[in-house]
Amino acid sequence: MVYDVVIIGAGVTGAAVARELSRYKDLNVCVLEKEEDVCSGTSKANSAIVHAGFDAAEGSLMAKLNVEGNEMMDELCEDLDIPFKRNGSLVVCIHKEELPGLKDLYDRGVKNGVKDLKILSKEEVKAMEPNLSDNALGALYAPTGGIICPFILNIAMAENANVNGVDFRFNTEVENLRKDENGIWHIRTNNGEYLTKYIVNAAGVYADKFHNMVSEKKIHITARRGDYCLLDHEMGEYVSHTIFPQPTKLGKGVLVSPTVHGNLIVGPTAVDIEDKEATATTADGINDLMEKSGMNVDNLNVRRKVITSFAGLRAHEDGHEFIINWVDDAPGFFDCAGIESPGLSSSPAIGRMVAKMFKEKLSLSEKSDWISKRKGIVITKELSIEERNELIKKNPAYGTIVCRCESITEGEILDAIHRPLGARSLDGVKRRVRAGMGRCQAGFCSPKTMEILNRELGIPMEKITKSGGKSNIVLERTKGGRD
Amino acid sequence: METRELTCIGCPMGCQITVELDKGEVLSVTGNTCKRGDIYARKEVTNPTRIVTSTIIIKDGDKPRVSVKTANDIPKGKIFEVMKDIDAAIAMAPVKIGDVLVKNVAGTGVDVIATRNITKV
Amino acid sequence: MENYDIVIVGGGPAGLAAAVSARKSGIDKILILERDNELGGILNQCIHNGFGLHTFKEELTGPEYAYRFMQQVFDEKIEYKLHTMVMDISDDRIVTAMNRTDGMFQIKAGAVILAMGCRERPRGALNIPGYRPAGIFSAGTAQRLVNIEGYMPGREVVILGSGDIGLIMARRMTLEGAKVKVVAELMPYSGGLKRNIVQCLDDFGIPLKLSHTVVDIEGKEHLSAVTIAEVGSDGKPIPGTEERYTCDTLLLSCGLIPENELSREMGVNMSPVTNGPIVNESLETSIPGVFACGNVLHVHDLVDFVSQEATLAGENAAAFVKNGCKDVSDEKGIEIVATEGARYTVPSTVSLDRMNDLLTVRFRVGAVYQDSYVSVYFNDTRVMHNLKKIMAPGEMEQIILQKEKLKEFEGLNKITVKIEKE
Repeated sequence: MVYDVVIIGAGVTGAAVARELSRYKDLNVCVLEKEEDVCSGTSKANSAIVHAGFDAAEGSLMAKLNVEGNEMMDELCEDLDIPFKRNGSLVVCIHKEELPGLKDLYDRGVKNGVKDLKILSKEEVKAMEPNLSDNALGALYAPTGGIICPFILNIAMAENANVNGVDFRFNTEVENLRKDENGIWHIRTNNGEYLTKYIVNAAGVYADKFHNMVSEKKIHITARRGDYCLLDHEMGEYVSHTIFPQPTKLGKGVLVSPTVHGNLIVGPTAVDIEDKEATATTADGINDLMEKSGMNVDNLNVRRKVITSFAGLRAHEDGHEFIINWVDDAPGFFDCAGIESPGLSSSPAIGRMVAKMFKEKLSLSEKSDWISKRKGIVITKELSIEERNELIKKNPAYGTIVCRCESITEGEILDAIHRPLGARSLDGVKRRVRAGMGRCQAGFCSPKTMEILNRELGIPMEKITKSGGKSNIVLERTKGGRD
Repeated sequence: METRELTCIGCPMGCQITVELDKGEVLSVTGNTCKRGDIYARKEVTNPTRIVTSTIIIKDGDKPRVSVKTANDIPKGKIFEVMKDIDAAIAMAPVKIGDVLVKNVAGTGVDVIATRNITKV
Repeated sequence: MENYDIVIVGGGPAGLAAAVSARKSGIDKILILERDNELGGILNQCIHNGFGLHTFKEELTGPEYAYRFMQQVFDEKIEYKLHTMVMDISDDRIVTAMNRTDGMFQIKAGAVILAMGCRERPRGALNIPGYRPAGIFSAGTAQRLVNIEGYMPGREVVILGSGDIGLIMARRMTLEGAKVKVVAELMPYSGGLKRNIVQCLDDFGIPLKLSHTVVDIEGKEHLSAVTIAEVGSDGKPIPGTEERYTCDTLLLSCGLIPENELSREMGVNMSPVTNGPIVNESLETSIPGVFACGNVLHVHDLVDFVSQEATLAGENAAAFVKNGCKDVSDEKGIEIVATEGARYTVPSTVSLDRMNDLLTVRFRVGAVYQDSYVSVYFNDTRVMHNLKKIMAPGEMEQIILQKEKLKEFEGLNKITVKIEKE
């Protein structure tokens, strides 16, 4: 079959585009993803922040889509059951000579259309954040800044797209792109050939690779690595707003923020690298975080309270701007490239913008039966005893705790596995329901989750992976596997 | 004459013991704080033995493996031969603690016994 | 809401011994709540021998040791619920728990005994840089996979940390056909028992590298190699000492943390040193009627001491219940202070009213001490001075206080435990 649209990449951009395109009648859409699940690249390893939009250059697409995406979040998160909170952001100034910079940022924000910005005095900001460093001289306050679960944002949009008819092909890596004489794209993958009229390139750090396959106007994307530390729940209320330092050329700097799940996140560093898979943390990076996070927040003992560290790669395009457009010299090829921060915040607006451009070009009309809402996985720890018991009566699996740290029941894991685009790996389960995300980092629940995956999906234990590919957890049975 | 340095394993103290030997015969044992250290050291240099613990495949049980041990010490040099027999064995549920699962393991005269109960399912 | 005299959280060695002792002290309605599918706790996966020398005067394996206590629980017809997770305990001792058949339910407990055990320090908390591939396990998780489930994590193994579980797993993996290449230990001494170093490493020619740590982890999907390096006295890796080991498995045995989520949520006062509750001579926490024992209180080296401690907790909880669930003595107790080499003591106060004739005070030292003295001071007077050939952080130490002696000492308001060279 020939698809109308193939989207390369099931990250937050690909999922947002897929969902928005799924609104239209008579449009066959397929998403190709090289990993085993959605949300497996940049989208899974970032600050989990919905930026207010004062950072991006005035008049840039980044600024426009950030502010729009931010405004779209409330409704989207309501519709798709995504954990989201407008906790507000603070850009803290600790050097007297940089105080004017706050005003510049304020002015830029106002021009970008960010609402309710305010410059706070030292006293005002300390009153809002008692653990802020005494060196804080003032801050820019953006009440529209928020925190979100980046996994569920990505997963929910993809699930919803899938429910509305979009196909997803995992473990499918695009190797080559070719257009035939009839104007049909032939997409060669490790999993066979896909034919399509249009391609959306949402390949994150690899977007330059696919763009450059079809266009003479080359682009270049650098993987900009950022190390992060995630701190224990115990520290989840250490600050209530997202605390940024004043921005530098390399980015927004090391932030300290609560997460929607009650942890504290510290990061990122910014190191430009060539290897687009190099998500290894470094000792230098982690040390750097510990030092920098301490500049704005007092007595933050990262070393003692960290439960995990990780690194993500931002897809930094040389011009530091989102490239969202038809490619002139490759008709039928659409770029969503250079989607780095504020990419997560902008994703709903990116999806909407792409869909609008497709609608105009292809004269699409909307389905009458488009499903706009998604019911998330029930979070049992938020329920009353009565509610829990009702659930357990219906399905006893809700009475068994699998992940003790995050208090996740077997029922929640079963839902994660059996819903559309369900989890097939430990990380897939983790990103959907947080089993293994807590302070013991899956030491306790991983054998149990493996048993559930084995039972429910019939995957042999030796084939169950952490995150697809060769990431199998166990090698073989003991005793030569003679049983 | 030969001296051997040993760490006593009789208890958590872990005394550092020196044994003087001549043609396989123990001349002296020093460094131990109790009688057990002396006994251990003499034995360890002349006839070292170990308890081997492992698991055996079990069929029709509520667990896929049953934990086992050698009912007595076996010569240290025979650990891997013992493991070979243990790896080859298959038990049938139910099993009770103390049940013999491998008789005369690796010709040592020692049996391998279950160290837990396994219910038949 | 159902009532029980004593609710015990956890059916491992501590919970079992506490239950048996409470029953023997005359308590009728006892309930053990266990989250796993069987009683016995972590002992079920500790299939090696070496348990019970103190308690039973013989060397048992973990499952055998556990079963000795389980048998008593069965014989005494003590109630227990498996697959049951305790979700919350209120400070007035209402225990909220959940399982598949009963749903979420609440129990009013006369006394509560916390016996939740401990868990392992995960990789994240160790700040090891590198990738995050499959193939990295805490030693205990690997132990469960190998011994209970019957699966091998891999064939070429590096172990970080020379805690007992790590040492035991070095031997287990070797016996199951894996090649254990090296055990690296950050500290200049091993945290494990001597016996385990001899029988689990030396017997199989596995090198133990003290003052070494993992500085890099390779492998995007699955672990392919780790690099270890020597660390200086500042704890930082020394450049140029790196050694790379290809491997598919990295086991971490880097310390145990008492599992006190429930205790913290109910507001029990905690010790920053042990990460366990602060308790008095009765092993009672800062919340009356809530007792703690075993590894949830402080990490033990030998299970025998867990059983002893739990037995005491069971007796004391029973006494509390028999007194009508109230504390009959309002005496605060004399402070026991650990200093100069002694890191902490359990208990940390002792009341003359409530103490038995003899009270065992357990503690750990912060470094290796040879030919040193464990000294006890009553106020400023040294009353005990015991020579020890060797003391190490991996092994628990104890002193015994005699009620008689405490009574005799006029104006006693502080007991100090310290390590002295002479």
